[in-house]
Amino acid sequence: MQLTRRETLAFGLGAATVALLPFQVNAAADDAIAAFTGGADMADTGVTLTAPEIAENGNTVPISVDAPGAVSIMVLATGNPTPGVATFNFGPLAGAHTASTRIRLAGTQDVIAIAKLADGSFAKASSTVKVTIGGCGG
Amino acid sequence: MASGVKPRVKVPKSASAGEVITLKTLITHPMESGQRKDGDGNRIPRSIINRFTAEFNGEMVIDVTLEPAISTNPYLEFEATVPAAGEFKFTWYDDDGDVYEDTKAIKVS
Amino acid sequence: MNKTKWVAMASVAALATALSVPAFADPDEDTLIINGEIEIVTETAAPAHMENIDTIYSGWRFRADETQALEMDDFENPGMIAVENALEDWAMVDGTEGKSCASCHEDAETSMKGVRAVYPKWNETAGEVRTIEMQVNDCRTTRMGAEKWKWNSNDMVDMTALISSVSRGMPMNVAIDGPAADTWAKGKEIYYTRFGQLELSCANCHENNYGMMIRADHLSQGQINGFPAYRLKNAKLNSIHNRFKGCIRDTRAETFSEGSPEFIALELYVASRGNGLSVEGPSIRN
Repeated sequence: MQLTRRETLAFGLGAATVALLPFQVNAAADDAIAAFTGGADMADTGVTLTAPEIAENGNTVPISVDAPGAVSIMVLATGNPTPGVATFNFGPLAGAHTASTRIRLAGTQDVIAIAKLADGSFAKASSTVKVTIGGCGG
Repeated sequence: MASGVKPRVKVPKSASAGEVITLKTLITHPMESGQRKDGDGNRIPRSIINRFTAEFNGEMVIDVTLEPAISTNPYLEFEATVPAAGEFKFTWYDDDGDVYEDTKAIKVS
Repeated sequence: MNKTKWVAMASVAALATALSVPAFADPDEDTLIINGEIEIVTETAAPAHMENIDTIYSGWRFRADETQALEMDDFENPGMIAVENALEDWAMVDGTEGKSCASCHEDAETSMKGVRAVYPKWNETAGEVRTIEMQVNDCRTTRMGAEKWKWNSNDMVDMTALISSVSRGMPMNVAIDGPAADTWAKGKEIYYTRFGQLELSCANCHENNYGMMIRADHLSQGQINGFPAYRLKNAKLNSIHNRFKGCIRDTRAETFSEGSPEFIALELYVASRGNGLSVEGPSIRN
């Protein structure tokens, strides 16, 4: 049976949708946010979170964060068993307020980055990362 | 000492005074999350690198708190300003109390 | 079309409006140059012995951009740490004869260059086709008086990573004729045999359906030019036979073991399907 490219793509996406782990959310993330911000408002610009739309493998997902003028950036994975991922604290010799790393995601979820800026205000960015169930993994 | 834990760092050999450079670091470490279970169904306790610091000539560049969600063989990439020649010192702190260090000198043109 | 397919198509329509998605149908168009220096051939004409495929692609071409990026720089590639570990083993004396690998082979980068590209290969003295693991153990036991390394042990996999890394960029070129022909034919037969409760052969997925999605995995041609492979799935280096085992186990079959005659034959055949692609290991795969 020959599938057209459109059908292959559609079927593949359909399969991928069906194969996505259910969207996961965790209340502990809110606690972590409150502890970091003290309940302050978070602006929705000021920090950029770069993460793939679809993670090839939830075991190793490359992400990076960038918040010019930030003192620290906290990253949370709201759907993981525990939401903490990392907190980057920048010192006086940080060349830019940016960092990259590789993280584990237990399922499709929102990854959140919250930056604490030099003036004491906060900024938040969020990215939905789809984590898929593989096929024949071997 | 946990076995097989090896730090590696990538730092340019030289920079101009005041330049911003990119540093890449990796340490081989299983980052046992504390979520896995062994063959008998018992939880394998958490054992991870929980903190990383990078300093230059004694001044802080970055201080990272790592949680179990950081992947095996933690990779960290960040930027540093190099005001003058000197030495970078990188330190990784393990849950089990071990501390791993690496240093790299950099020239300034 | 049955209901399931309609549901799938409908959810696709919803998804497609919500986000733009890269085309998964074919291997992508990216080129692989490692460290800005080593050019890796990831696409080439299929070798003459392959009947059903015209163009062969390295598994790298089927991976997401982020995964591909990890392989483009030796520092970012965690598999390269194995190479460093193996270099230590290379220089270390082991066994009753007081030798290290270096005692005979001197510098690995020179002496091992080209080796990965022609293995598995027929060994006249031993009268068998040998994989790199077998040859390493032969050297260790007969020449060094040292213990064998287990096939999937860190020491062995790290050593295959080292031997592979110094040949990166060279075209795979295993011999399938002459004394190796029988083993090759046996490997070919295994490749096309259906195994397990799921009754799947290697060819069902890797020849007939490469480029398609199996659930959410982008199926490759099952090439092994990139092995040993650092798999994101278990965050470690995996040997060829380990990977074969996993695939056959996933068809719900009693799988063969590493080092078995079946896997040696299969490795020779699968390697020959990649003749022309560059040695790429240690690579990064899913």
